[in-house]
Amino acid sequence: MRGNGSRLRLKAIQIALLAGAFLAWHVLTSPTLLPPIYFGDADKAAFFFGEPLKVFSRLLDWFVSGEIYRHLWVTLIETLLAFAIGTLGGVGFGLWLARAPLAAAVLDPYIKAANAMPRVILAPIFMVWFGLGMASKVALGVTLVFFIVFFNVFQGVREVSPVILANARMLGASPRALLRHVFLPSAMSWVFASLHNSIGLAFVGAVVGEYLGSAEGVGYLIHQAEGVFDINTVFAGILLLTAFALVLDWAVTILEVRFMLWQPRAGETEKL
Amino acid sequence: MKAVLERGGAAALALEGITCSFAGAAGEPGYTAVREATLVVEDGEFVSIVGPTGCGKSTLLNVAAGLLAPSAGSVHVFGQPLAGLNRHAGYLFQADALMPWKCALENVVAGLVFRGAAREQALETGRAWLRRVGLEGFGDRFGHQLSGGMRKRVALAQTLALDPAILLMDEPFSALDVQTRVLMENELLDLWSADRKSVVFVTHDLEEAISLSDRVVVLSAGPETHPIGEYAIDLPRPRDVSEIRLLPRFIELHGRIWRAMKSEVLKGYARQRQ
Ligand SMILES: Nc1ncnc2c1ncn2[C@@H]1O[C@H](COP(=O)(O)OP(=O)(O)OP(=O)(O)O)[C@@H](O)[C@H]1O
Ligand SMILES: [Mg+2]
Repeated sequence: MRGNGSRLRLKAIQIALLAGAFLAWHVLTSPTLLPPIYFGDADKAAFFFGEPLKVFSRLLDWFVSGEIYRHLWVTLIETLLAFAIGTLGGVGFGLWLARAPLAAAVLDPYIKAANAMPRVILAPIFMVWFGLGMASKVALGVTLVFFIVFFNVFQGVREVSPVILANARMLGASPRALLRHVFLPSAMSWVFASLHNSIGLAFVGAVVGEYLGSAEGVGYLIHQAEGVFDINTVFAGILLLTAFALVLDWAVTILEVRFMLWQPRAGETEKL
Repeated sequence: MKAVLERGGAAALALEGITCSFAGAAGEPGYTAVREATLVVEDGEFVSIVGPTGCGKSTLLNVAAGLLAPSAGSVHVFGQPLAGLNRHAGYLFQADALMPWKCALENVVAGLVFRGAAREQALETGRAWLRRVGLEGFGDRFGHQLSGGMRKRVALAQTLALDPAILLMDEPFSALDVQTRVLMENELLDLWSADRKSVVFVTHDLEEAISLSDRVVVLSAGPETHPIGEYAIDLPRPRDVSEIRLLPRFIELHGRIWRAMKSEVLKGYARQRQ
C-alpha cells in the first residue's frame, strides 16, 4: 500500500479475479460449451448453478422494469429500523446495567443465556406476534443487534480509565454529567467498533424474516424463486443482497470517520 | 491575611495521622504505604512534597482530594472535616487525565460546564486559559494530536480554569523540557501570588521544590512512609526560578535537604530492588 501505482495494481488484480470467477462460472454452466463431464445431462449444471448471463439479465430486468425498488426499499427500511432500535436499546440498557452492579449480577446468567440462544429461531414466533408485515422482521433484527451493542456498551463503560473518571469527578461532574461526558463517549467508541457487525446482523434479520414469510422484500423474491426452482433469480437476489450489504457497510464507515474524529488512526502524516 | 480572617484562620488542608493500607491479594498481607503522616497546609501557603519514587506522594494527594479514604486519620479542609470529594480542591493528576473524546478547548471548559456556567462565557474563559499556557490555536486538537507536554498544559489550564482555593499538583511539569518548564514554573508563581491559593506540589525535583515553595516536606522511603523533615524556604519573593537557583542561600538549603533525602532515596531504591 505504498504509492498510487501499487494501489492501482491491487485494484486491477481484484477486478481480474472477479472477472475470472464469472468467466469460470459461465464456462462451467453453459450447456453447450463443454462436454458434460460430471452431470450426465448437458442442462443439469445450469439447473443447479444458474448461468451468469441469465442472472445479469434478470438483475437488469428488475431495475429496468422498476419492480425491484419496492422490495429493496422494504428491506432497507426493515434493516435500518432494526439497527436503530437495537442500537438505542443496547446503548440504554448497557449504560444502565453497567452503573447498576446489583442488577448486573442478578441478570448476568439470563443475559448470557439470551445471548447464547440461536435467536433466528424466534422468527416464527415474531410472525405469530407481529404478523407477516415489516414488524416481525424488525423484531428479529432487533434481537440480533441488541446484544452486540449491549455487550460493547457494557464493556465500554467498565473500561473507562479510572484517572479520567476521577478527574471528571474532581472537576465537579454530577452522575448525569458523568454519564453524558464520560461513560457515553467511552461506550460509543466500542459501539462504533461493532457497528459493522450490527448493521450486518440487522440485515440478516430482515432478509431471514422475509425469507421465512412475507409478501415483500428481497428475501421474499428469493424465496419465491426457489419455490419454482428458478435458480437464476435466486442468484440474482443473492448478488443484489451482497451489493446492498457492501453499500450499508460503506455508509457505516462514513459515519465512523465522521463521529470518531478523536480516535487516533495509524499513520496520519500527510503525503508531500 | 484577609483571606485567613475570612476563613476563620483554619488551615486550608490538615491531614492528621493519616495511615493508608492497601489490601493485598488473597492470602497476602496488605501493604501499608503511608503510616501516621501529618501534613498541614496553611491558607495561601505553597508546600512541596519530595520523596523517593513509590513512597506514597500520590496516595497522600488522593487522600487530600477525597478520592481515597484513609485507613486511619482525619482530613480537614478549612476547618471542616472532609466527607466525600474535596470541593475546594483542583487536582492535577500525575497520569494523563484528559478526556480523549473532547478537544483541548472542550477539556479546559469541562469543569466550568459541569458547574453550570453559560457556554459562551465558559468558552471565553477556556480560550484565555489556553493562551496562558501557551496553546493558543491548539483548542480544536484532540489528545492524540498533542505532545505529552502539551497535554499536561491543557490539564493545567483545565484545573486552573475553575479557580480552586486549594491546588493539588502531582509532578505537573516533569513531562516538559527545561525551558518550557521554567516558563510554566514562573507562570505558576505569578498566578499563585495574584490570589494566594494553597498549593500542594509533588515533585521528584528538589530544585523545583525549593524554588517554588514556602516549605518543603521530605517523605521517608516506603513502606510506612511519613514526613521526616520540613524545611522553611526563606528565599525572597517574587522569585524568578531560573535566577533563584544561583543564590547562595538556595545552594545552602539544597545541600541541607539533599543530605536528609539521600539516605532515604538509597533506602527506597535498595528496597525496590529486592
Ligand atoms: N490502589 C493501590 N493498591 C495497592 N497498592 C497501592 C495502590 N496505590 C498505591 N499503592 C502502593 O503505594 C505505594 C505508594 O504509591 P504512590 O503512587 O503514592 O507513590 P508515589 O510516591 O506517588 O510514587 P511516584 O513518585 O513514582 O509517582 C506504592 O508502593 C504503590 O505500589
Ligand atoms: Mg505519584
